[in-house]
Amino acid sequence: MESEANNILEEVTQGDYKYGFVTDIETEYAPVGLSEDTIRYISTKKNEPGFMLEFRLKAYRHWLTMVQPKWAHLNIDPINFQEIIFYAAPKKKKELTSIDEVDPELLATFNKLGISLDEQKKLAGVAGVAVDAVIDSVSVKTTFSETLSKHGIIFCSFSEAVQNHPELVKQYMGSVVPYTDNYFAALNSAVFSDGSFCFIPKGVRCPMELSTYFRINAANTGQFERTLIVAEEGAYVSYMEGCTAPQRDENQLHAAIVEIIAMKDAEVKYSTVQNWYPGDKNGLGGIYNFVTKRGICKGNNSKISWTQVETGSSITWKYPSCILLGDHSVGEFYSVAVTNNYQQADTGTKMMHLGKNTRSTIISKGISAGKSNNSYRGLVRISKNAINSRNYSQCDSLLLGAKCGAHTWPYIQVDNKSSIVEHEATTSKISEDQLFYCQQRGISAESAIGLIVNGYAKEVLKQLPMEFAMEAQKLLSISLEGSVG
Amino acid sequence: MLLQIKNLHAGIHGKEILRGVNLDVDKGEIHAIMGPNGTGKSTLASVIAGREVFDVTAGEILYKGKDLKKLSIEDRAREGIFLGFQYPVEIPGVSITNFMRTAVNEVRKFKGLDPLPGGEFLRLMEEKKRLVEITSNLTNRSVNEGFSGGEKKKNEIFQMAMLEPMLAILDETDSGLDIDALRIVANGVNKLRRPDNAFVVITHYQRLLDYIVPDFVHVLFEGRIVKSGGKELALELEEKGYDWIKKEQK
Amino acid sequence: MQTESKEPVTQKRFIDLFEKNRAFLSANDTPGLNVTRVKAMASFAKLGFPDTSMESWRLTSLEESFERGYDYHLQPMEEVDVQKVFRCNIPHLDTAVIGQLNGWYVSKDVPLMELGNGIIMGSLAEARKKYPQLIEKYFGTIADDTNDGFTALNTAFTQDGVFIYVPDNVKSPKPVQLINVIHHDENLFLQSRNLIIVGSNAMLSLVHCDDSYNHQASFSNVVTEVHLGEHGAMDHYKLQNLNNNSTLISSVFFRMAASASLDSHYLSLNGGLLRNNIRVLFNGPNGNASIYGLYLMDRKQHVDNNLFIDHAYPGCTSSETFKGILDEHARAIFNGHVLVRRDAAKTDARQSNKNILLTDTARVNSKPFLEIYNDDVKCSHGSTTGQLDQESMFYLRQRGIGEETARMLLMFAFADEIVARIAIPQLRQRIEDMVKKRLQGELQICEQCVLHCSTPEHPIEFQIDLGKI
Repeated sequence: MESEANNILEEVTQGDYKYGFVTDIETEYAPVGLSEDTIRYISTKKNEPGFMLEFRLKAYRHWLTMVQPKWAHLNIDPINFQEIIFYAAPKKKKELTSIDEVDPELLATFNKLGISLDEQKKLAGVAGVAVDAVIDSVSVKTTFSETLSKHGIIFCSFSEAVQNHPELVKQYMGSVVPYTDNYFAALNSAVFSDGSFCFIPKGVRCPMELSTYFRINAANTGQFERTLIVAEEGAYVSYMEGCTAPQRDENQLHAAIVEIIAMKDAEVKYSTVQNWYPGDKNGLGGIYNFVTKRGICKGNNSKISWTQVETGSSITWKYPSCILLGDHSVGEFYSVAVTNNYQQADTGTKMMHLGKNTRSTIISKGISAGKSNNSYRGLVRISKNAINSRNYSQCDSLLLGAKCGAHTWPYIQVDNKSSIVEHEATTSKISEDQLFYCQQRGISAESAIGLIVNGYAKEVLKQLPMEFAMEAQKLLSISLEGSVG
Repeated sequence: MLLQIKNLHAGIHGKEILRGVNLDVDKGEIHAIMGPNGTGKSTLASVIAGREVFDVTAGEILYKGKDLKKLSIEDRAREGIFLGFQYPVEIPGVSITNFMRTAVNEVRKFKGLDPLPGGEFLRLMEEKKRLVEITSNLTNRSVNEGFSGGEKKKNEIFQMAMLEPMLAILDETDSGLDIDALRIVANGVNKLRRPDNAFVVITHYQRLLDYIVPDFVHVLFEGRIVKSGGKELALELEEKGYDWIKKEQK
Repeated sequence: MQTESKEPVTQKRFIDLFEKNRAFLSANDTPGLNVTRVKAMASFAKLGFPDTSMESWRLTSLEESFERGYDYHLQPMEEVDVQKVFRCNIPHLDTAVIGQLNGWYVSKDVPLMELGNGIIMGSLAEARKKYPQLIEKYFGTIADDTNDGFTALNTAFTQDGVFIYVPDNVKSPKPVQLINVIHHDENLFLQSRNLIIVGSNAMLSLVHCDDSYNHQASFSNVVTEVHLGEHGAMDHYKLQNLNNNSTLISSVFFRMAASASLDSHYLSLNGGLLRNNIRVLFNGPNGNASIYGLYLMDRKQHVDNNLFIDHAYPGCTSSETFKGILDEHARAIFNGHVLVRRDAAKTDARQSNKNILLTDTARVNSKPFLEIYNDDVKCSHGSTTGQLDQESMFYLRQRGIGEETARMLLMFAFADEIVARIAIPQLRQRIEDMVKKRLQGELQICEQCVLHCSTPEHPIEFQIDLGKI
């Protein structure tokens, strides 16, 4: 029994990364390294208005005064910023007007990922998902833009938004995550190349899921994208983000920013399935994933919900957060984080309760295998004025194997008497009883682990849009099972 | 008249639950309030007891001729209103003895009486325990903590016996009881019945009324008393079910 | 020369003081002990005092306390009516009483008692002279002074305190009560050092009280080292009832051999700024440690419970149960850190922190932190902060109990989970009484947890030299 479980765990730790292919696409690079010149190069290349260059340079100068944070439970090899290419883009031959003009290699890349850029082909039989595909640093194709624009919805690449809606970009960019926020946010603000932009006007319910697919392809390249979502009064949008990268021996840096603004009665649901290359089973290579995600519930009765399934990256440093400013606003965070081999994850959330009667829910499920370390780090802060607020947090850790670590760092601060904060956490392993029970019913130990892990994560998975939930379930199995992938 | 409810409207978080309840209860009477789930029976009981989460939006409740509105929860209790809870809350760390002694003496103080001496209080406890056939030692047990469903309900009747209310409202005291417990609970109520007190028994089933025979039966439906009658109404309900009322209302 | 007058607390002050009085401080040191002392001073010179830039002191600022300024004495010099200071409140409990005044051991003729069963207890200063080998074997080996400035400073300045030795296979027949009274007419900085050795299969019950006698400001830095031998057991109580101008940094280090068992209780009733550093090291398998805390704070009182439980061996069980009620502008901090090391399979660790806030100006920070490197463990933590349960309030009031009484009943019931864990019945009653008074705002700071009383039937003599103090 014991030894069989060990065998499985061994197999599990040999699960391969199936997205590890490299696509041969002609790519245009910025000069290696970081300087004001690099930033000017990026800004010029993107034909940006003056305010953008100014913003970038301010951020860069601020970044120079900062040091890389050390508080996370992570071992990070020093990052040499002079060896990174801060801008890589598939070389554009001319403006694209239809899907037929997209580089066939690129199309094939996304097809391999299971992402269709063809509006005719609909994902998983669902009504339709509008996709913004970002490869390395640049948005290559946004689908369904026209359908969406009929509703007044703007969904396009960040670069396009800078060109076509500079006033909106100027108004909201940096309003939730200022460039001074943290080391990686400052870096992103200086060098970000593209990303998605989404604006839902007053009273509009976005008729389809919006999705961005990120792919790092080029070698020695950092990806710095930036997403901005604005939901005006009474608007609703569900947004999905997926990511993959090829297998490479060196570590690659990904430092992104996501900002969400929800006005009165608006609701934004943001789902992520993060599957950056995690490195091989000896811990070689993999993506450094340092992401700042934050939303503000600006108006009364607004709601922001983060759901994430984190299976990739060699290092993850990420705390999708909610600032609950409006009265009666709601913040949610649902997370499954799987680490295997030598992966390290330090992830969680921050719920800042500022408005009255604000509510937040945190459900975090950590699964550690191999020699990985998986930390939940969460802050719940109820300010003095946030009367009658509530938080409920539940953080569970599951350990598979005897060489991994699971850590829980909850920070709880309550500054008024009418609010209630509850935090619960457990750490456990898959019990011999559960395994035996499944096996006695004819299920192989390997499938049993998959079943149990999926059951364990179910509370979170059910928050995902359907087409994403399927992918996430598969990913959980791939990340943990040896036979698949 | 002990209790007069006139055109009572009440709700919670802006949602109206009671939509004009009228009810008169006099000394010596037993009233049964029946009705399907979610029609406001428990809300009515809570509102009479003064539960603060409910807002009374219109109408009034007169108790011994006085408007209850101005009275706090505890003053209503001290005036003789007792609520037997459907789901008695568990209070870890508060022993039943300490709880009851505090309650009995605060009620006595309100009436201008001296606190009951320790020995007398314990004697009273023993006497009332026998009434509801409680045999266990309550001194070391916290209020309702780890009690079975039946024990919780017996404990409610025990407390009622200790406090000797004028108006006892028993909210689904029969739910979750086996036949023996039901008999014990009903027996307790019958023994406590006096010409100068009254009972309002809220129940979902007719079963309890085999043991506690009501003078009046009312049907509460969608926040209003839609039908009143004698004890035969309960039997009719048992036979025809609540659908009959629902149809009649539509 | 051996007394420093009212000055702020700075690192430099103590470095200078040490240099000036080096010979005096180490007069009775064995060579080994002197090495420990000098090393500790080097540590302190490196570490200094903690400040809010350190994660574990992030929410507890000592600046205001430091700036008040204190006298520091290198020898006892109080004159006080001992009968007044060590008053008796509770009869009928037979304890062995040890008294400390401002951190100095107070005795009559025998500074070190050697009981028939082999138990030794009394002044650490005296024990250092009389049992140098025994002291050297344990002193400074349990308290880690390499990453805490206060512990390093305490080790470097060690002079007196309490020493208790329970030999193998001996069970202490009655609880030992250690009363440390702070009483001085000027602001006072004091340090004391306690060393407690409980042998294999031995048992000790220790009640440790920190009391103020007046409202004068004080700053105490107390370090207690406890060694528990194999199958050794200890029942430990720390009762803190200090005035609002006092700062207490109490660090207790437990080192537990295989199958040792510990119950340790921290009952904080009053104090200006209280910091409890509680460190438990499982130094062998199958140990068991239950740590309980209760804090009842109001005004601007500040309590910071900082725990670290190191599961270095398999099969150990630990629990942390901390509860607090905060009124007015009080602030409570809970940091519970459980580390389960790679080899510590079959660990069972639980943490719980529950708080009730009575006002909008009271504050709570709770960080129940789990760090786990083994998969064969059962670990859980929970933290809740809120107000008194509204359902229960309604229930009590429906039975005619007034709002204030109902509140008091519920608060007492909340505290009772901790109080009920006190294994000595007379002490439990006494604490119940004190908690009640505290919740009703009637507890005086000079009301001590003295348990041992002299009655005509039970005449008891304090082991305190009245003439000396």
